[in-house]
Amino acid sequence: MATHLIVVEHSAGKLVKATLAAVAAAQKVGGDIYAVVLGQGVAGVAAEIAPYVKKVQVGEHEGLKDRLAQPWAKVIADAATGAGITHVWGAATGAGKDLLPRVAARLNAGMASDISAVVDDRTFKRPMWAGNITGTVEITTAKKVVSVRPTEFTPPAPGAAGEIGSIDVDPGVSKMSWVKFDAVVSDRPALSDARVVVSGGRGLKGPEGFKTIIEPLADALGAAIGASRAVCDAGWVPNDWQVGQTGKVVAPELYIAVGISGAIQHVAGMKGSKCIVAINKEPEAPIFQIADYGLVADLFKVVPELTAAIKASRG
Amino acid sequence: MKFLVTVKRVTDYEAKIKLKADKSGIVTDGVNMIMNPFDEIGVEEALRQKEKHGGEVVVVTLGTTDAVAQLRSALAMGADRAILVRSDAALDSFAVAQVLAKVVEKEKPDVVLMGKQAIDDDSNQASQILAELLGWGQATFANTINIDGRTATVVREADGGLETVSTTLPAVISTDLRLNEPRYASLPGIMKAKKKPLEEVDIATLGVDLAPKVKLIGFEEPAAKKAGQKVADVATLLEKLKTEAKVL
Repeated sequence: MATHLIVVEHSAGKLVKATLAAVAAAQKVGGDIYAVVLGQGVAGVAAEIAPYVKKVQVGEHEGLKDRLAQPWAKVIADAATGAGITHVWGAATGAGKDLLPRVAARLNAGMASDISAVVDDRTFKRPMWAGNITGTVEITTAKKVVSVRPTEFTPPAPGAAGEIGSIDVDPGVSKMSWVKFDAVVSDRPALSDARVVVSGGRGLKGPEGFKTIIEPLADALGAAIGASRAVCDAGWVPNDWQVGQTGKVVAPELYIAVGISGAIQHVAGMKGSKCIVAINKEPEAPIFQIADYGLVADLFKVVPELTAAIKASRG
Repeated sequence: MKFLVTVKRVTDYEAKIKLKADKSGIVTDGVNMIMNPFDEIGVEEALRQKEKHGGEVVVVTLGTTDAVAQLRSALAMGADRAILVRSDAALDSFAVAQVLAKVVEKEKPDVVLMGKQAIDDDSNQASQILAELLGWGQATFANTINIDGRTATVVREADGGLETVSTTLPAVISTDLRLNEPRYASLPGIMKAKKKPLEEVDIATLGVDLAPKVKLIGFEEPAAKKAGQKVADVATLLEKLKTEAKVL
């Protein structure tokens, strides 16, 4: 019988929703599900996750105030050592990717990264080669660590709130310290959980293209903005906007790719979108092979038309 | 200051990856092999740090003798010497990290630089596992690295912005895309690389338990997306999004 420990991710005192994808994946294996919430002043986060699990273990400590991989990995591994825990789960977010392999190392456990499906309690599917191949991996160790691709698992419905208790924690000796966080400030929805994403690529010719073409369309739709790796590398837009194998994986209801050719590494980050629109003047662009609707046209002409039409229809 | 940089031989990011007919793996015949692009960024960063602080840049790979080509590329960029840990078997991230820990024990670097992920298996595990096995600090997904005395301050690509952490040295740092733009090897660099020391170590001599904790047991191609349609103009597109796809 499996017993699961969910590593709860939180930011600014709120549960990061991607954590619920990890709960959904653990539910597919079956068995009791516990959650561990670390930090300082995290009672609110514990209350948010409680309706999804049997029991929440809260570890509050000065040394866990900032999410640093070394002390957090120790405390999570300690929590997973007792109580018959068989699986440790977390979301494959930037934070999860930083932390979870270190937990696996401490537990001497095998880890499956960024899984897209659960086959059974030890077998998982995961995208490889930028999503061109789906690999099946089997973890052979008694304890198993799994990070879950948030876009591939539907968050479960909340149930009766689980019990909330505190655990004794010892962060141990850490060589790391936290300095600061510079948030990308935006009034737009977060890229990872937006309903609509408008993305731009090299076809926009420069950062002004994002200002004059992409931003108005995104604002008309209430959409998040994404970008191809090429334009992030070129410094036109923040790297945080990057969609793809090496950036964020998104699966919105509507994804509009503007002036994006559709390189393998970009497609890996958005092909799970429910509806994909591609606007590109190059009819042979690979993006059209995965687009539900393709418009071969000069983006500088048609995107403002589209923006105006959407604004008009929404009054 | 001594830098150890890991280099993995991977399929070219521009190659079309296909499954073998018997689905036992991917087709590698005729596929160009390159140095993992994130590792190339690691080599570049080590060279730049060496230019500032002095020291040595050692590159290491695990694999067959084919991977010598990627080590020579790193030497041509300017690395001082190379180590091939020869292994014919495919290894999981944990085994790789254990082997690297042995190399670290012998080489005693101040900084281990690794790509944040290899673009073939996309696991993104080895650097974090290595840091834990060594009991060192880690800084993953580095955007900027400043080394001052025995401290590295690293700006990291994090969810929603840039996070700055510091760690005492020695430490493991993994590279992200914007850390730098790797140089091209010069012709004199390529000539010199042929004469630089390249040490071969048989993996069996390292005393590491290589039994996989994670086995890759199957491959499939993801379901193809059904072909879409081209639309003539903005009006048609809007109409289809409203009535057919029902997303507006």
